[in-house]
Amino acid sequence: MELSGTSEKTVTARAAGLVACTRCTRAWPIETQVCGRCGAKLVSRDENSLQRVWALWIVGLMCYVPANIYPMLRTQQLFQVDESTIIGGAVDLAHYGAFGIATIILVASVVIPLGKFWAIAFLAVSVRSGRGFASHHRLLMYEVVEYIGRWSMIDIFVVAILSALVQLQGLASITPGPAAFFFALSVIFTMLSAQAFDPRMIWDAQADDDEAL
Amino acid sequence: MRYVYCMADVSHVSRGPLEGLIVCPVCDATYQLQRPKNGERAVCGRCHKVLIAPRRKAGVQIIAVAVAVVVLIIAASVFPFLSISAAGRSNAVSILDAALTFTEGPMLVLALLTAGFIIFVPLLRMLLTMYVLIPVVLDRPPARHAIRAFRLSEAMRPWSMAEIFALGCAVALVKVADLATVSFGPAFWMFGVLVVLVIVQDGFLCKWSVWNSLEHPKRQ
Repeated sequence: MELSGTSEKTVTARAAGLVACTRCTRAWPIETQVCGRCGAKLVSRDENSLQRVWALWIVGLMCYVPANIYPMLRTQQLFQVDESTIIGGAVDLAHYGAFGIATIILVASVVIPLGKFWAIAFLAVSVRSGRGFASHHRLLMYEVVEYIGRWSMIDIFVVAILSALVQLQGLASITPGPAAFFFALSVIFTMLSAQAFDPRMIWDAQADDDEAL
Repeated sequence: MRYVYCMADVSHVSRGPLEGLIVCPVCDATYQLQRPKNGERAVCGRCHKVLIAPRRKAGVQIIAVAVAVVVLIIAASVFPFLSISAAGRSNAVSILDAALTFTEGPMLVLALLTAGFIIFVPLLRMLLTMYVLIPVVLDRPPARHAIRAFRLSEAMRPWSMAEIFALGCAVALVKVADLATVSFGPAFWMFGVLVVLVIVQDGFLCKWSVWNSLEHPKRQ
């Protein structure tokens, strides 16, 4: 990339004796506590960031387990009651031939959450050890995680729409199962975990590597 | 569209007034502030984060879109959204019904969260945006607590999930299609327009320009 050479010349705010506001990009002397423009708390590097990332990550993972064990939907058709889990529901859809939708559900509720758990853990570990990918790749990973995490909520919304809509007295009805509750919590906690991550640490790890060479 | 890459100028960073600096929030690189012209973008040279992206008349456009979105959200939540019928029985629901479907025990929390994500968070964000931007566009001093309002609006950005709900509808429709006949209410189309507007508006808003005009109301 044509700009790869600029990284050597880059001056970080910390190196210049400044602290940056991550909300409004204003620079302040390093001892400043609160941004005078937008009122955000100023920290040059959030040392406790990783602790919060891991704590929220663990809660998210703990919620993800019951989300897959308990049923997500209870479908009542005449006298027959079906309870389906997330994966079970997707498999049923594939049986009916709705492969596209089965794929969306599987991607949104299995691939994305698991990928997110892996990616956050990888970032948190690699920032500490300084090994792994180059900063650009790690940053890309961080941005993808931040952007895509919200889309896992789609399953909750599908359950909400189905349960509200399919209420045909005696004929068919759909009610949400306990998994919906845990799944929503899992998505919220992983989103918070990703938000707690301080991306500036990605670049510090890289800068330390450059100095060591 | 032309991209302006910010370049670090080491000698100025330590001496010049801090007001003339801009720091990338993602990678902490510090730059001498160079305001891009309308339609241009200032991009961080190290991590490529867009730092400033001003547009001509962005303020007026954003306010116009916000007004439209507020009207649409209120209308789309109240009018019937989808209706279903099978063997002579039918049921019509509004978005509010869909959001408040989880009502037993701990599910109530889920109902409130869902309603929040798809109705109240987007609605509140639009109202806050109007509150902050209207005085700025009219060259008036910022509204009281405008800074706090904009901060809240930015904090809520990831939790505004109207577009995700829209895709959820598509999935739900396919799931129900073989069970019963589904028809669309007026709210369905309103919600479709709303999603497009929300996405368009996100592209217009330049956060740096807003913070800057709140700091220096006259020197826009």
